[in-house]
Amino acid sequence: MRIRTAGVAAALTCAFLVAGCGGGDKDATTAAKASEAAPSGELVIWADDKRSAALKPFADKFGAENGVTVKVQAISKDQQTTFVTASQQGSGPDVMVGAHDWIGNLVQNGAIDPVQLSAEQSGGLAPNALKAVTFNGQTYGVPYALENLALIRNTALAPKAPATIEELVAAKTKASEKLCVQVGQNGDAYHLYPLYSSAGGYLFGTTVSGDYDPKDLGVGKPESVAAFKKIATLGEKGSGALKRSITPENSIATFTAKKCAYLISGPWAITDVKKAGIAHDISAVPGFAGGKPAQPFLGVQTFYVASKGKNKALAQEFVTNYVTTPELAVALYQAEPRPPALTAAFDQVKGGDPDLQKFIDAGKNGIPLPAIPEMAAIWDPFGKAEAAVIGGADPARTIESAGKTISAAIK
Amino acid sequence: MQLDGPVTARQARPAEDARRPNPFIKIVLLGLTVALAIWAAFPLIENEAWIGLAILAATTAGLLHLYLTPRHVPAKYLVPGTILLIAFQVFPVLYTASTAFTNFGDGHRGSKAEAVVAIQTASVTQVPGSTQYALTVATTGDPATGPLVFLITDPATRQVRAGDAAGLRDISATVNSAGRVTAADGYTVLTTGQASLRSKEITALAVPTGGGAIRSSGLSRAYEGKAGRLYDESCDCVRDTTTGRTWTADEGLGSFVAEDGDRLAQGWKVTVGLSNFTRVLTEPAISGPFLRTLVWNLAFALASTGGTFVLGLLCAIALHSPRVRGRILYRVLLILPYAMPSFAMLLVWRDMFNTDFGLINNLFGTDVDWFGGATSARFAVILVQLWLGYPYMFLVATGALQAIPGELSEASRIDGAGAWAAFRKITLPLLMVALTPLLISSFAFNFNNFNAIYLTTEGAPFPADNPANGATDLLITYTYRLAFGGAGAQYGFAAAISIFIFVIVAVVSAISFRRTRRQEEVYS
Repeated sequence: MRIRTAGVAAALTCAFLVAGCGGGDKDATTAAKASEAAPSGELVIWADDKRSAALKPFADKFGAENGVTVKVQAISKDQQTTFVTASQQGSGPDVMVGAHDWIGNLVQNGAIDPVQLSAEQSGGLAPNALKAVTFNGQTYGVPYALENLALIRNTALAPKAPATIEELVAAKTKASEKLCVQVGQNGDAYHLYPLYSSAGGYLFGTTVSGDYDPKDLGVGKPESVAAFKKIATLGEKGSGALKRSITPENSIATFTAKKCAYLISGPWAITDVKKAGIAHDISAVPGFAGGKPAQPFLGVQTFYVASKGKNKALAQEFVTNYVTTPELAVALYQAEPRPPALTAAFDQVKGGDPDLQKFIDAGKNGIPLPAIPEMAAIWDPFGKAEAAVIGGADPARTIESAGKTISAAIK
Repeated sequence: MQLDGPVTARQARPAEDARRPNPFIKIVLLGLTVALAIWAAFPLIENEAWIGLAILAATTAGLLHLYLTPRHVPAKYLVPGTILLIAFQVFPVLYTASTAFTNFGDGHRGSKAEAVVAIQTASVTQVPGSTQYALTVATTGDPATGPLVFLITDPATRQVRAGDAAGLRDISATVNSAGRVTAADGYTVLTTGQASLRSKEITALAVPTGGGAIRSSGLSRAYEGKAGRLYDESCDCVRDTTTGRTWTADEGLGSFVAEDGDRLAQGWKVTVGLSNFTRVLTEPAISGPFLRTLVWNLAFALASTGGTFVLGLLCAIALHSPRVRGRILYRVLLILPYAMPSFAMLLVWRDMFNTDFGLINNLFGTDVDWFGGATSARFAVILVQLWLGYPYMFLVATGALQAIPGELSEASRIDGAGAWAAFRKITLPLLMVALTPLLISSFAFNFNNFNAIYLTTEGAPFPADNPANGATDLLITYTYRLAFGGAGAQYGFAAAISIFIFVIVAVVSAISFRRTRRQEEVYS
């Protein structure tokens, strides 16, 4: 008898459970249907950690004004790869925030769409920022912040801005290191470029329309050999201004520890410099005496419209008509102090932050960081050639073989 | 609901064996399985992946049948493991192998149709000299389903026109200060929320005009755009509408190629046969330094495994002796490096080897350029491996030592063997039986120890004439650079290389396991 009761109880429990399970699934399905039918579209924005926090209130405001749901999701690492892979699978965002030099790769993977700005909208943007996001004659995003390298100096150690790199090397300071510019074991093409360009080198030539021409590779050409010979004089076997022991990780920290009088870095370093309470001034990266002007790369932080987003019309609306308003640019500036690309926003914040104008002035000679996909082939070999030459390797042989590696990768 | 039948079947035979697992657990697990299957079915239906759906349905039905009938007892034990094996081992291996025969990578990720869409969309430019209009999205029917109409306002004349696929016509409407239509007879103006739900249709709508088509830019502006490049099915090519230049589809390359060899950036994924494999074997930049890298790779894996084993074993034996006081404290201290995340430790070690600011040079007053010379860099990475790896060997050796009965060494001592002879002839062989499989797996792990190199030297130092292959590069870091460093990500090529590496590791492991088996036969 007892057994039978237990059996019936067990069977009943099972039946209830099954019903429960089934019911649960049904509920889930109805819920899903209900959310689909809700009268509101959804906009998904991806940005890095800092910017997504700054974007959140504006996204909410945009959502409330327009009766749509806006989701800001933080992607903390490998944003570009994550975006391309997710887009391809159909799980990507509608709007992506990232650097302008992704454009070439994003376009070849069909991940972003061009945007159409009105004359008045494009007129409100810094001209070089607009030029940076122009690729094959199309505008591929709305820039909101600029960045470029500059020479940051500790005014207590070095009161006067050097006019040339030779002057910087010769200056007597109390610091143990002459110059903090990140090289590391495998070099850093981005931070070396101002000196390389001043010594006469170039990466890609330009076509008639002013775009970078991947068929004209400057690495390995006689100009680059001459430039690397000049750079070698600053290396470990030369004056010691450039050394591999200054790495991406320790360059800013060494400067804020007052072991360096000069630092070549960008706006992202300023927060640390200010936190360390260092009296500083900012000037353009000096070039070689009698050489060409030192050209830093201009980088532009950009809002992109994803090609495979589910809500492209809303994404275009947000990017072209909302990102071009100064309020958002100012908030993003407050999240990280890079000069806003929107002239109106720049004018609003420059009064409270004299460093901004100095960075813009230091970038006057700058050229946009190449956005063509072929640029991916440059970074690694060029950086390694730099590290080898600074370590004392033969400049001609090193840079010529780097040129060969790069042209083999580009084909 | 599918469970109804079996439940009644169980009702008929309520007297269950007490040793049988609780039916409650069974029902919960099966319920979870069904729930998981239903959850997985929705995206499959949405993407119209019918084969995947069929596999899912068949697997779920099979599982229910298996566990709700009393038959097939052995399968009840084997199936869960087999399913996990297929999902997490067999499928990734097959996927990698199939990718190795394609050109999958940057510029070749999607289908040809997707590439055509990307090319055409990217070529739409505003017609020179044309006006930008204020746009209002409206419909002649229901806001959710009715046919869409663009109401566009000319900013200069404030004339409103309505446009759909048929073309433009003038209408009269009420316009606000920004030029957007607020009301128009016969049309329902969509709110942003309503319009955003029909985003796809809005983006797709092009109102034909003389010079091109009016398209939307967001929900409040429209422009007259013209596609610069169009796909022509008759010649399977892309034609530039202004210059007339054509790029013909090349199914072997997965690209549109012009006569002069110029390729459009947007390509598609195609099968390229064995070309990824032949590229590994024939390209001099890859096959040249391959042997040298392989030798160093083997040396690195052997030194990492052997070095940590010897060091760990020595520590274990020293602390195995009951005469050592404070053994627990020592053991805790020795295990510490193992408890710290190796990611962070590798980065800390990298900074300790810095020539000018590193702890090691500062401590010893030396000026060694650790990562600058091939020998010193190799020594440094092995030293780091030793530090990171010996606690693991210490742990397993301690465990194995404790499992060896003390009588054995006692008996050997009575037979007159010294401490060294007893260790060499009795303890070590018994240890090896337990530890050899671990040593082999440790070897296989270190053979592909990407982090150990990438977070410390990144392969440095590199010879001046070859920036692609450094002195401390393992095959895995070297090939990572080849596949992802140069021309963006090349997944197909990377998959081909990983198959080569898999073969090497498999051969080494197979030989070692065969030797172990022989050893076990001797000592057991």
